[in-house]
Amino acid sequence: MSDVILTDIKKKPLSFTLPVVGAAGAFAGLFVGTAQGSGLLGIVIGGLLLAAIAYLVIEVLNHTQERKAKYGILALFLLAGYLFGGLPGLVVGGLFGWFFSWFVYWVGEGRYRAKLPPYLTSGQVLWHFSFRVLCGAIFVFLITPILVVMPLSFNAENFFTFTPEMLHFDPAGYSLRHYRNFFNSNEWQSALKNSLMIAPAATILSVSFGTLAAIGLSQPHVPFRRAIMAILISPMIVPLIISAAGMYFFYSRIGLQGTYLGVILAHAALGIPFVIITVTATLVGFDRSLTRAAANMGANPVTTFFRVQMPLILPGVISGGLFAFITSFDEVVVVLFVGSANQQTLPWQMFTGLREQISPTILAVATILVGVSICLLTVVEILRRRSERLRGMSPG
Amino acid sequence: MSDATAGAAPGHKKASAAKAAEKPGPMVDAEGRPLKESLNRSLRLQKMRALMLIAPLLIFVLLTFIAPIADMLFRSVQNGIVSETLPRTTHRLADWDATTGDLPDEAVYEGLYYDLFIAAERKLHTRLGSRLNYEMTGMSSLFRQSGRSLDDIGDVYFDQFKDLDPNWDEAMPWAELLGDPEWIAEMQAWDEDSGETMPTFELADGISDLLPLTAETYSAFADYVQSEDGDSPLQEEPWVLVHTALYQDLMAKDVSGYNGPQAAMLKAADAAVGGFESVTFKDGMEGVDGDWLDHPTWETIQMYSPEFTNGYFLNAVDMQKTPDGPAMRDDDQRIYGLLFKRTMFMSLMITGSCILLGYPIAWLLSNVRVRTANLLLILVLLPFWTSLLVRTSAWKVMLQQQGVINDVLVWLGLIADDSRLVMINNQFGTIVAMTHILLPFMILPLYSVMQTIPPTYLRAAKSLGATNWTAFWRVYFPQSVPGIGAGSILVFILSIGYYITPEIVGGTTGTFISNRIAYHISSSLNWGLAAALGTILLALVLGLYYAYDKIVGIDNVKLG
Repeated sequence: MSDVILTDIKKKPLSFTLPVVGAAGAFAGLFVGTAQGSGLLGIVIGGLLLAAIAYLVIEVLNHTQERKAKYGILALFLLAGYLFGGLPGLVVGGLFGWFFSWFVYWVGEGRYRAKLPPYLTSGQVLWHFSFRVLCGAIFVFLITPILVVMPLSFNAENFFTFTPEMLHFDPAGYSLRHYRNFFNSNEWQSALKNSLMIAPAATILSVSFGTLAAIGLSQPHVPFRRAIMAILISPMIVPLIISAAGMYFFYSRIGLQGTYLGVILAHAALGIPFVIITVTATLVGFDRSLTRAAANMGANPVTTFFRVQMPLILPGVISGGLFAFITSFDEVVVVLFVGSANQQTLPWQMFTGLREQISPTILAVATILVGVSICLLTVVEILRRRSERLRGMSPG
Repeated sequence: MSDATAGAAPGHKKASAAKAAEKPGPMVDAEGRPLKESLNRSLRLQKMRALMLIAPLLIFVLLTFIAPIADMLFRSVQNGIVSETLPRTTHRLADWDATTGDLPDEAVYEGLYYDLFIAAERKLHTRLGSRLNYEMTGMSSLFRQSGRSLDDIGDVYFDQFKDLDPNWDEAMPWAELLGDPEWIAEMQAWDEDSGETMPTFELADGISDLLPLTAETYSAFADYVQSEDGDSPLQEEPWVLVHTALYQDLMAKDVSGYNGPQAAMLKAADAAVGGFESVTFKDGMEGVDGDWLDHPTWETIQMYSPEFTNGYFLNAVDMQKTPDGPAMRDDDQRIYGLLFKRTMFMSLMITGSCILLGYPIAWLLSNVRVRTANLLLILVLLPFWTSLLVRTSAWKVMLQQQGVINDVLVWLGLIADDSRLVMINNQFGTIVAMTHILLPFMILPLYSVMQTIPPTYLRAAKSLGATNWTAFWRVYFPQSVPGIGAGSILVFILSIGYYITPEIVGGTTGTFISNRIAYHISSSLNWGLAAALGTILLALVLGLYYAYDKIVGIDNVKLG
């Protein structure tokens, strides 16, 4: 998109504004209408109402009184929403009001063209915005499930659904009982403890072996490089259920099935590809002359590794470690087979809980885990940018 | 390395330079070695160092991951259980020709009786029964039932021996007759509380020539008593099987030359056995369970006697072994073909919906300002980083009948409260939830490919007169195909082996082949079949992975 915008913004004729705003109103009216019993009536009222508002705002009040007009629309919708549906209606009405107060001016004053090249035809403009709306819908699809879990975890009832009290924003509908349950129940606490024990141990194993091997793999002359790489990456390629089956058979043969060591080894194996991939990616941009310079100045290989190479590839190592950690922390199939009741981890507990539909404590745990993953995502993102800055690439 | 310029090479020691000038030879390094050799040596050192760095991880992965996979492959053909549990039977059954329609001869029944008796004492017969039950229903109960009433045959001889001399029902005379005197002495000296291990049973010299069957069965008995029960054979009366064996031995052999311990008792028995009431093993086994005279029972046992079998694989593709070779199962028993087809179909649907949803997003991300793209990318990465269980539980919350989507639809009045949509525990639920879970795996490769397509191409196409659609379809889309390929294969590989999500939101119609594998491992305990199904799935995935490698390259796998 060009930064120089030459499109001039001018007021649109009423013959354009009124139908467009009216159509949007009719669309919104459809939902309000069906919710109240008659869709057709909703369409007609919605369309007419919005068209009238648009006429009033654009023609009578015009943009000199924009602020007042916007508050007016918002207040109108809030009131209407409250009358129709109480507190939840108030929220929905508020959202509608906020949207339409912006939409009326956006369409009526022709502001929608502001960021577009001036030569686009109306069809292209329409396509441009419908595409954005489509993408918005896909983003909603991506994010909504994760967002829905959070309020539900504060449910005062033992349901997986929104209770009427919650929808009325009644404080009685909300509680922290599922969080209390999580922190007080022995099962969940031992699961948390197991997770916090297994995941770091597996991470340390895979990071220490993986980093060494990644350094080895990025040397210029490695025999059988492709074959070795294929073997090391294989835990990521082989479907988890197959890994789990194989490990179950093999580990019960050698007595590791149902032990912490077995689970840790299995998780370490699953985390290794992530470490290998991230660390080798970091090493691609690594300047070999630095190690040679260090050696030239008298540093032995160990010192060179810890004082020169390690600080430079550290971001890659850490983010590989985080991947390995989250792999183990999140893993349920393998632990289900390789572990026994003593090694129940958080995901295991969640899985059995989901299968048997027990309490929404799962949702409380899920909310906590979302928080954890947001933290991890932030760390990885920061590390990635730092690493790219260090290596002189543009921060993408 | 050419030797022509040797003299001109800088940095050489004077002496070697002079030497080279005298006689044109290979270029040498500071230590006087030819350069070529020196280079090779340093390369070899580098290779060794690289391999040393890789070795620990390689060994680790080989032990913790590759070995289990190999074990699984092995298990899918391994079938040692039949010949281990019934060694005599399978050995003798090898010559039996099933096609004649005759039952096996007496020797086979004899072997079966001995094998089954020992297996039943060791509690191994039920395991074998459930193994053979996978191939023929009824085998499990046949073996369990036979294990219970097998004593009937032996009791015939046991009672007669006991009537002849009550000592035949005592532990000590048996031990003296068959055991090595030294072992008996050691055994008597052994103190149970001392914590030392029991002296292992040893047969007396020459007894296995004299009474081969008896010696063999008594050894099995002594071994079992010592290792499984931790008791002394000196205090335990032997199995009735040993009496049967003794009867057979005495009938077949002449023991008049024997003069070891308990010779009198043995000789008295030898004189009496001629008049013993006897029973053929075939009749005996019929009395235990009539199914032993069924032809198909023996066909099945013979078919699964070999150490390795393709039976599990045939099972996994809805076929079965018959005397005439592999054949398809009856229509109502074919489930795995359907499951494989369903798994493929649903994985394709998921891949397709991921392309449909991922393409616009990737296009948007690569066509807005970098700052906006990074913000939007967070919306893609957040689900990517969120626990799989969290996302699955979220979909359970969304899709169930009292769930969020149904609630919203009812609230909007689009559907009636009593006709809520069924969106979970079927294929729809699995496809929606897995599309959501795998969508980031489509968007990220697509985005990284689309980033490299210059937007000027589209503008150029348009300025040359192409319509929007033509410009997109003929110019932009072909360049984004590698991204679609990479993303699709990734999503397809991941979805084909998914277990958790189908298990929770899939119900019965939305499950994958992996759910069946898990079922066979943890519920039906048919590990061989699970391994065979797993092997087929693995082959499928490796094939796809090979294609992925050809299209994208292993080294180009990117994360986040």
